[in-house]
Parts: sequence; C-alpha cells; structure tokens
Amino acid sequence: MGQPRVETSPKVSDEVRKTTCYMCACRCGINVHLTSGKVTYIEGNRDHPVNKGVLCAKGASGIMQVTAPSRLRAPLRRVGPRGSGAFEEISWEEALATAVSWLKPLREEAPEKLAFFTGRDQSQSFTGWWAQQFGTPNYAAHGGFCSVNMAAAGIYTIGGAFWEFGQPDWAHTKLFVLFGVAEDHDSNPIKIGIGKLKARGAKVIGVNPVRTGYNAVADEWLGITPGTDGLLILSLIHCLLQAGKIDLDYLARWTNAPLLVNEAEGPEKGLILKNAESQPFVIDRRTGMPAPWDGAGVQPDLGAVWQGHRTVFQHMAERYLAEDYAPEAVADRCGVPAGRIRGLAAELARVAFDEAFELPVEWVDFRGDRHASMTGRPVSFHAMRGISAHSNGFQTARALHLLQILLGTVEVPGGYRLKPPYPKPVEAHPTPHFVAAPGKPLSGPHLGYVRGPENLALKEDGSPWRIDKGFTWDNPFSAHGLMHMVIPNAHAGDPYKVDTLFLYMANMSWNSSMNSARVMEMLTDKGEDGEYVIPRIIYSDAYASEMVAYADLILPDTTYLERHDCISLLDRPISEPDAAGDAIRWPVVEPDRDVRGFQSVLLDLGVRLGLPGMTNLDGTAKFRDYADYMVNHIRRPGVGPLIGFRGADGQSEGRGEANPDQLARYIENGGFYQAHVPEGAQYYKPWNAAYQDWAVATSFYETPQPYLFSIWSEPMRKFQLAAEGHGFLQPPEHLRERLKVAMDPLPIWYPPFGEAAAEGFPVHAITQRPMAMYHSWGSQNAWLRQIHGKNYLYLPSKIWEAEGFAEGDYARVTSPTGEIVVPVAHMAALNPDTVWTWNAIGKRRGAWALDEAAPEANQGFLLNHLISELLPGEGRVSNSDPVTGQAAWFDLRVRVERVGPQEWAEPAFDMLPRVVPKGRARA
Amino acid sequence: MNPAPSVVIFTVLSGLGFGFLALLGVFGSAGMAAFFLWALGYGLAVAGLVASTFHLGNPQRALLAFTQWRTSWLSREAWASVVTLLLFAPQAVSDWLGLEWGRGFGMAGAAMAFVTVYCTSMIYAQIRAVPRWHHWTVPAVFLAYALSGALVMGAVRPYAAWMLVLLGIALALHWHFGKSAFARAGASMESATGLGRIGAVSVFEQPHTGGNYLMREMIFVVGRKHADRVRMIAMVCSVMLPVLALMFIPGVAAVIVAVAVHLLGALAQRWLFFAEAEHVVGLYYGAH
Amino acid sequence: MTGLPERTEKKLGLVIDLDTCVGCHACVTACKGWNDQGYGVPLSDQNPYGADPSGTFLNRVHSYAVQLVDAAAQIINFPRSCLHCEDAPCVTVCPTGASYKRAEDGIVLVNEDACIGCGLCAWACPYGARELDQAAGVMKKCTLCVDRIYNEALPEEDREPACVRTCPTGARHFGDFADPESKVSRLTAEREGFALMPEMGTKPVNRYLPPRKKDRPEEASLLAPLLDIKATGLAGWLDRVLGKI
Repeated sequence: MGQPRVETSPKVSDEVRKTTCYMCACRCGINVHLTSGKVTYIEGNRDHPVNKGVLCAKGASGIMQVTAPSRLRAPLRRVGPRGSGAFEEISWEEALATAVSWLKPLREEAPEKLAFFTGRDQSQSFTGWWAQQFGTPNYAAHGGFCSVNMAAAGIYTIGGAFWEFGQPDWAHTKLFVLFGVAEDHDSNPIKIGIGKLKARGAKVIGVNPVRTGYNAVADEWLGITPGTDGLLILSLIHCLLQAGKIDLDYLARWTNAPLLVNEAEGPEKGLILKNAESQPFVIDRRTGMPAPWDGAGVQPDLGAVWQGHRTVFQHMAERYLAEDYAPEAVADRCGVPAGRIRGLAAELARVAFDEAFELPVEWVDFRGDRHASMTGRPVSFHAMRGISAHSNGFQTARALHLLQILLGTVEVPGGYRLKPPYPKPVEAHPTPHFVAAPGKPLSGPHLGYVRGPENLALKEDGSPWRIDKGFTWDNPFSAHGLMHMVIPNAHAGDPYKVDTLFLYMANMSWNSSMNSARVMEMLTDKGEDGEYVIPRIIYSDAYASEMVAYADLILPDTTYLERHDCISLLDRPISEPDAAGDAIRWPVVEPDRDVRGFQSVLLDLGVRLGLPGMTNLDGTAKFRDYADYMVNHIRRPGVGPLIGFRGADGQSEGRGEANPDQLARYIENGGFYQAHVPEGAQYYKPWNAAYQDWAVATSFYETPQPYLFSIWSEPMRKFQLAAEGHGFLQPPEHLRERLKVAMDPLPIWYPPFGEAAAEGFPVHAITQRPMAMYHSWGSQNAWLRQIHGKNYLYLPSKIWEAEGFAEGDYARVTSPTGEIVVPVAHMAALNPDTVWTWNAIGKRRGAWALDEAAPEANQGFLLNHLISELLPGEGRVSNSDPVTGQAAWFDLRVRVERVGPQEWAEPAFDMLPRVVPKGRARA
Repeated sequence: MNPAPSVVIFTVLSGLGFGFLALLGVFGSAGMAAFFLWALGYGLAVAGLVASTFHLGNPQRALLAFTQWRTSWLSREAWASVVTLLLFAPQAVSDWLGLEWGRGFGMAGAAMAFVTVYCTSMIYAQIRAVPRWHHWTVPAVFLAYALSGALVMGAVRPYAAWMLVLLGIALALHWHFGKSAFARAGASMESATGLGRIGAVSVFEQPHTGGNYLMREMIFVVGRKHADRVRMIAMVCSVMLPVLALMFIPGVAAVIVAVAVHLLGALAQRWLFFAEAEHVVGLYYGAH
Repeated sequence: MTGLPERTEKKLGLVIDLDTCVGCHACVTACKGWNDQGYGVPLSDQNPYGADPSGTFLNRVHSYAVQLVDAAAQIINFPRSCLHCEDAPCVTVCPTGASYKRAEDGIVLVNEDACIGCGLCAWACPYGARELDQAAGVMKKCTLCVDRIYNEALPEEDREPACVRTCPTGARHFGDFADPESKVSRLTAEREGFALMPEMGTKPVNRYLPPRKKDRPEEASLLAPLLDIKATGLAGWLDRVLGKI
C-alpha cells in the first residue's frame, strides 16, 4: 500500500477580512477568514504595525469569543429586585426611551447626577466627548484602577509614558531592564521585541517579585519585594552619581537640571526661578551670566549658583548622594543584595557609556543648534503595573524616568523611544474641566493635567465636583479619574448622591472593584425610603458578566467582529516610534442577535437627548451611526478621529476635510493607517525641530512644543507649598502631611500606605495577568478556559516549608480587612515574602454562561475580597496613590495559614441567576 | 495506563479462550461434550476479541487492522487470532460429529493459539515508552496465564497445579523486574525536558488546568497506591487458591471453584498490569 | 504502510528556543485554530463550558521549575508537540497503516480515513504527541501544518506551520534538518540544540535550544566612586563631575 495522497493546497477560506483584534487592549491587526459567511480562522496581519503577523493565545482564540454562549441577545429590563437577575427582554425602542426618560431630567436639572464611566473601552475620545456634551463632570474610563501612575508620572517627567506609549529601540538596545512587567501593555510588541533581543544575544534583566513570563526568560532576575522598586531605583541612581556615570551633556541640554530653584523663603520657594518675562533661565557657562533656557548656543551650567539659588542638578545630587540610598542601606528592605544592586548599576553604566555609539544622522534642535550625529546609549527600560499599582507608584515611576534621564537614554538611539503623538509635555495637555450647569455641555474635556492647586476640581466650599473625587487634594493628578471609587462614593453620598450610574464594559461587581462583596451590597442597598441608594444603573456589555445582574437596564453590545471602532490618535492610537498610526474595526460579520454597537447607541441616545455636536438644529441626527461619526466628526478644524485618507481626494494625512470614502480606504489598507516620521526626525523628538514641524503638520498640536524633561516637577512643588501653608487654596488638615511627602518635586520613596496597618500581616500578595487570558473575558472562551480554568495562590519556599504545605492543600489568607480560603501551590522562583496568583480567573457561579460546577466558580478565586477601597483613618480616603488616585492593588499585605485539602475556595457566593442559558456544546 | 475494562476483559478472556482451545485442539473431546467445550473455548476467545473493539474509536474500520502485519503486533494478533479460530473449526466439527479427521488441525491451531497470545502480549511488551511492559516477562505472564487457565479449565490436575506454580514464578519475576523497570529505562524529568543540564526539574504549572486524553489514558495514578494489595489478590486468586482447590476439593466442584478464582485473579492482575504501568509521558506532567 | 521509510529526502521539523519562550500559549491556540478547520476532522472540545472542559490540542506549553544548587530557581516554559521522529514507534505499531511517516519530508501523519482509534500509537509515543479526538474517535497529532507549508493558496511567506507564524517571540523555527545550511540546522549547531529523551531510541527530528546561562553575570567590575564624598562634600563632587564636561 502506498503513502496516502495528502491535499497540501486546500483552499483556506472564501474571503479574508482585515480588522483589529479586541481580545485585549493591544490592538493587533487580524486576518479574519470567512467560509460560507462564518468566521473559520483568525491569524495575525503581517502588514500591521503592532503585531507584524504574530498573534497571542487570546487573539488566536477570538473565534470562540464571537460564538460564546455568554453573549447577550437583546436589551433587558430588570423586573425583580436588583441582583436577582430577573429581567425581561425589551425592544431597543423601549430600552432607549427608558434611558432617555431617566437621563433627560438629569441633564436639565443636575447633569452631575449622571455618572458615566467606561471600562475597557477603546473609544474614550468619543465617550468622553459624549459625556462632555451631556454636561456631567462625572466621566472617566478605567485608567484609575489600571495604571494611571504609569501614564501620569511619564507625562509629568518626560512627556510620555511606558504603557504602550513608547518602546525600547529594539533594533539598537543591548540591555533591556523590566520593572514590574507581566502580561501588561504592550503585549505582543514586547514579546516581539524580547524575541529580537534574544535572537542577537542582547541582555534582558527582570526586576519582579515573580519569575514568570518575561522575567523567566530574563538573563538576570532580581526578585524584589513588592513596593520597594522606587528605593532600588534611587539606589541605582546613588551609585551612578557617586561614580559620575551620568550623561551631563544630555542633562544640560534636554532636562531642567540646569534651571535654578528658588531658595528664597516664602510662597515661591522651590519653584523654578523665572526672569522678568516669566521665563525660566540658565546660567551660561561661557559667560557665567543668565541666558534663555532655549537660547541658541547657550551652554547651561549644571553647577551654577546664582544669587544663592542652586540648580536642579545640585538639589538632585545632594538628595541621592545621601547614604540613605546606598545599596547597603536599602538591600534588606528591597530583598535584593547590595552586591547585585551595585552590579546592576555598573552594568547600566557600562552599556550606556562604554557601548555608546553614533548614528550618522544630522539634525537641528529647537534652539537652532545643529548636530552632526545622534548619540546612542543602548540601555532601555520598561515598567508597568508591578511598580505603579502601589501607593508610592507615581513617585516610583518618576524615579525610573529619572534613572533613564541620568543615563541619557530617553529618545536616543538604543534607548526608550516615544510613539507619536508623544512626546507631549504637560503644557500641551488640557487641564481638567468639571463645572456642571443644567442643560449645558461641559466647557472642555473632563480629564487633563493639573498644573497647580488652581486646577483642582473643587467647588467654592472645597467639596469635590466629581463623584470619584478626581483632581482633589486626595489625589491631585488623577488624570484618568478613579473608577474604583465611583460606587463606594455614590453609595456613601460622599461628596454627593447620584441618580444614574451608566457603565460600559466594566465588571464592577466582581474583578474590577476592590472589596467586591461590599460593592455588591452597595449596589443592592436601599435607603430608608425603600429606594435603591444608587437609584438607577444602566449597563452595556456584550457578555453576561457578573455586573449584568446588578443593572436595571442592559444595552447589549456586539462582539468585536460585529462592530465599528476607532483606534484614534485622539486617545490611544497604534503608533510606533517611527510612525503615527490609527486603526478601525468594522463589522466583518453581522450580529445574529438583537444587539447594537455601544457607540452607535450612545449617538442615538445623544440625539434623543438633543446633545450638541451630535444633533442638528432641526433635532435630527448629525451622524447615522458610529461609522459615520468616525468619518465626519470634526474635533478641531481639519482634525477628526482618523488621520489617514483625509480630504476630498483621500490624499491628506493628519489634517484635511472629511472623506466619505475614508473607511473603505482603511479597509482596503488592512484596517489601519500609518503616517511615517520623516528621516532625521526619528530620535530626540521633544527637541528635534524636524519632528516638531512634522507633529504640527500631522495634527498632534498646533505649534511646535519643545520642552525640557522635568527632573524637578514644579506642579508637584506647588502642591507641596500649599501643604506647607502657602497660598489661598489649602488642603484639609488630614491630608497636609501626606501631601508634603507625596508631592515632593524630586522622585522619592516612601513605604506603601498599607504598611502601617499591616502589623501581623507580613506577606505581600499580588496578582499577575496570565498571557493567555485577559481579565474576565477569557473565561467564556472554550479554548482559553482550558488553559486557565482555575488559579492557585503561589507560595514561596519559605512559607511552603514553614507551614508544612503539601500538594492539594488550601490556605486561609487573611488581610487587615478580609479573609479567603484558596488552593495553593509551591513556587521557588519567587520573592520569599510574596504570594501571588493569576488575575481574574475566579468567576461567580452563574455568570459567563458557565456551568455552576465550573472550576472558575468553585476553585478559582480573587484577591479583591482582601482589599479595602478605603485607607484606615478619617475622611474616607481612597486606597490609592496620593498623587494620582491609582488603585493601590499591590499594597496588599496578608497572613497565610495552612488549612489542608478542601474542595471549594471561600468565600463562595450565591449563584447568580442566569441572564443567558448555560453554554453546552461549542459552536 | 488507564485500565479500561475493554482491554482488561479482552486480554484475560482471549488468553483463556485461546489457551482452552489449544488444549482441546491437542487432546480433543467427543460428542455433545465436545460441542459445548469447543463452544466455550470459542465463546471466551471471541468475547475477548469483541471486547477489544469497544476500545476503538472507529470499530467499523477494524478490518483495516489486518493490513500491517509486517510491522504491527496488533495487526499480527488480528491475523493470528483469525487463522487460529479458522484452524480449530474443522477440528471442532470433527470432534463434535466424530468425523475422525485426526488431530492435525488441532495441533496446528494449538500452536497458532500460543502465537496469538504471544502477539497479544507483544502489543504491550513492544512499547518502550512503558518500561514496565517492555520486558520478556510480559509474554511469559500472558502465555503462563493462557496455559494454566486452560489446564485448570480442563481439570488436568497435576499439570494444572505445576503450571500454576510456573505462573506464580512468572508473576513474581514480572513484578520484581517491574519495580526497577522505569529507573532502568533511564528516562527522567531531566531527560524528558533536557533541562537536567541546569538543575533539578519539577512542574511549576501544568500546560492546561483542564484535563486531557494523555492524562486520562496514560497518567492513571489512582491504582498505584493499591498496587500491593492488588498484587496479593492476583497471586492468591490466580495461583494459590486454584492450586489448593485442585489439590483438596474433589470432583467438578474443584474445577468450578478453581476456574472462578483463577479468572478473578487474572482480572486483578490485568487491571494492575495497566493501572501501575508508568508511561514516560507522565514525566512531562511530573507524574513519576 | 507503517513501515518507516529507510530515509527521507527532507527532515522537516521545528527548533524550539527555550531561552526565548515566554510561555504565552500563542502557539497552542494558533495550532488549535488552524487544525480545527484544517487537516482532517476538527479538534473537538468536551464540556467546553462545563465543570471539566477537555479538548484535543496538538501542542501544549508546560512550565517547569528548575532548582539550581548555587543560584535562584528558574522557570522554563516548554512547548511540547510531535517531534517527527526518524524511528517513530507510533508509526510501526499502527495496525491499519493510518499512521505513517512521509518519505519525501519525514512528516509523521495520520490518515484519518484509515484510523480505527485503537490508541496504540499514542501509547507508543514517549512524548505525548498524540491525542485521540473524543468526538471523532481518530488520532490527532501535529501535521507540521502539511496543509500550509506547501499550500499554493497561501502567500509564500505564510507557508510555515501556524505555531511558527504566530509565535510572538520568534521562539519557534521551522525548516529542513537534512540541509546543514538551513536555519534550523545552524541554530541547532550554534546553540547546542538537543533532542528529548534520546534514551527512548526514537531519534526525534525536532530540537530544543537550551536556556542560556542566567543570573551569573560575568564578574561585573563595580563602579568606583569618583572620590570620597564624605570628605569633600557635595562641592567636591560637583567640581569633579562637572570638570569632566
């Protein structure tokens, strides 16, 4: 018998449609194969700038998301008590009329009574604009409980953040150091980059309590104790300063190191010294005299002292040269031996300076000085939640940026490169807008960057404008809001009560809230009048998440392959360091259910409410749907949501009138567009005249915005001054001391806030995202839930052995505010004082169309139950970073005791009634 | 390995059946007694073979199993069993109807019956990935069971007793060598992963939290903790009690008792044969 | 035809780089997705939304802890799939000829039309490369994407296995080990690629590249302070540092 004949060239599909993935926030390009009108295969788009053809485990499982039995099928109205899951299906007309009947009176009387918050939304420039037109100050997306420390510290220091807003110069970097990065932003690009480094034998160093994923492949691992990264970084800075291994030329030219700090006692103390024109100035080394900071040919003197005022550089050196930051002084606290800290500092210095190189690219800086080449320093960094989800996360992230700056590795070849529209200084961002007036839109966008106490969202009586207390003394730089505080504050009526809570894609009754069990109570709690304390809840989601049961009105969304979306330069684009980029989603298949894309629904609601911007004078809709908005909305003259194929002929880039064919052109182009940074403008972008001109042409800002990196943060110092008693606007007494510490204008480290209350809770407890699962979404996915269907609490050898744990055991884990009993497993490659688990694997029984006996709902668990949303003490202060309000998830401290084998994790919640039938066979 | 009832019943019944048929083939019988005895032999062998098909994902294609006799012991077993059953047929008819066709077919059939049992045993013994099976004691045990079972059923008392003793020895040797088989094979988590060059290897996370075919089929660990007890039951039931029964209980009762306990012992042995066999793939799951 | 070919013209297989694999499982679901609609019957899932979900996967990623004597423990991610052995025992045990090794490229395949689902090949494989699909009752295994690598309906650059195409870190490489100049041969030679369980005598074609040495930085010369700052104070340090400009 011969060898069988194999068909080696079968037809793969009838058609390939290229759109954008939404299995996480990475926004990769995907080729969706359709056969007989059904999705049969999904692969990465090779031409796409984000993923270049590759696709992660989630993306390749998208087909199971589009067919998941947990998909909501029609609008629902609650008919039983809230949380009981008793709903009736209603028509869209009825659903929208109901929403309008709730929202219209609010807009006319008190728009702030609507709190509109979105979760893993990727259309924030649109949802925010809608909320602005409605006129409520209460809008934000989920950045507050995600990683705002990362975003804000970056913007305030270098005008751009880690997250996905920049990336190492993968082609040139020789040493890549990661702090606190698990499967964070940017998912596939970091994997692609690490692969490139590995292929050429470059070195990767991981600083993380847990050695998995990127830290597992790192050539060196520093198993740091959670919350101490800032201290480690400042110790590295100490070593570098001590040895003089810093880039003085870079500091003098591109940072505020040579600016002078006002030393005169009084309300100006510590602010940057200004001249008569209110401009900061430097001392020119050639003359010893003051000179404009941006003057051509000026050689700023870092060591200058002028009329008793010293430079930022000297203040900085003085602080970090102190013995407090010596490796020997910090080693125990960090859980990293002093020798390894010194070794890492030496390695950073060696690669940055001994392996420096020149790219023969000529360029002109904003002062007009011409440079024959670009100096490369092949050291790069990346950091994410591990350092930012602490109450010292903002300062820690700032410390890391300072380290990069001292090494001269930001925006240089081989270093960390920002992606357009970044770099962009604080000055180029709006300030927050929050003043609500009946029947009127807000005067500007909600979220912005505070320059000083005068920008705080405080009423005349000092009470907060915003329900989440964003932009208050509690957390002045809360650039992403505090979504995790919305429900607790609304329930407490602090600062006031709201009428309608409108949420999109945010699982607030489960894994997106601290203290989930308490949040469930808040959502169902009734006042003395028998009415719900939060009277109305509208929720939009595509799936039967835990949150659905707690809403009064459900607006079912589509899946990601059935919708239009706009990945816009106006919020979170898909740029690369060498190109600005944006992308779309479009319905590659039509929904087979009575569901609608949320953004189109929001536009429809807007018209019914008569909101400006989306309603014509005659009351008709300005936009047919979201797709129409994506093409025809004009944010500023010539600027819309998408930068590509603008103008009547589709030839304009960045600026140009709306082009009715724009979406067709995007689809033709694979669903994305790239505007390439011109030659010679690719590095030194904040100071590179060619880049600045291109950025203006491409619509990121209206005039060139060169700036200096902020080693010394003047906005922070302004808050410190207020805390010291200067100025008209004064913080409440209970926050005064913490503001003095937290708003230090130079990066500083202080112990996470949890620590004081954590006596008797010696162990740090953290979570990491698994690479194959994105928050809750993965659990409904038939393929992904086989990979991560339950989670264990991983215990280090020290605890495993001391408590006599064995395979199959459970542990009681107690924090100052809660207790859980969960399955455990042993992990040796772990900081000895840390336990951890995978994030958001645990599910509530009855949710996500899973069987009631599903492992996710029985053995799977969350750490959320152990975390309080408030800090102990007066004033209902959020358990968040004091600068930005970022949820301090990783400050959690616990005690771990063995309880032996058991079958179920605790707490076990009642089963949620099903809003969709239980899933059975796979589609 | 997973002790699936189909494979346990298959190997036990077909072994006993073919052994008994071989006994009939050599020594013969006559009249209606012959009819019933041959029917019993055929019944056992065929029941075993039929049981084996319950193990198949697509039994309707079972005929294809005859094609690969050059390389596959399973295919050889298929051929051998069919040839054996065909060879015995004229002998059975001759015995039943008193046709006096001599014992040629019976002798040839008997030889083929043992070839069949040997083939069956080699299905397992060939598998290097299961070190406990990859040993000469496996065919020895299978053949000893076939022969001793047949002799017990045939009430050939002294020979049966001696053969049972030989079975006991074969079992003891099989178990003895089995204990160290995995270690002798040289496979370890270090060699399976190649990571032994760095250090001592253990499982951090299983690839899937969900189960899979490999784990159910080849990483069956439930039985192992009962191994000693089952070994005792197998030895006592398949060897000791039948010997005692044959020695001390007179008449047909002895045969019935001996066959019953022997069969029970054989089932226990065969269950354990699968249940305690460690597949090297278990190393990837940290199961050894 | 379960006889093994005496030699194959090509020896197609994979190199998997354990120094680079971050354990993201991308290859696992890319493989599942392609083969769910590609060669042979779909890869079924039992109880996909139930208490014990369990389906057929042709590639799974393990994660091991490795304890060193003199350094911190390591975690190594370890993808495992068919190694397309030269002496493939899964082929010779097959009673029906369904399991075979292709003479032209050495790919080990299952002709599902001839598979009776006896499971013997899965038993014979030391590596757990084969899974019996519980819905179709036929044996499934890595085909090295035989329906991609020669597929004229695909662009040239896509003619590689789905797992290789999708791997974000580029930890998987596909090629011909019979060609000493191929990328897989060169990587194996340069990085001392090894075979799994050589003691099983199966002669695997696939090779694994070992993790590079970790946590043992070459004796880093530590940074020497510029001067005794305690003695000179900040002013002395400043002079020294800035004198360098």
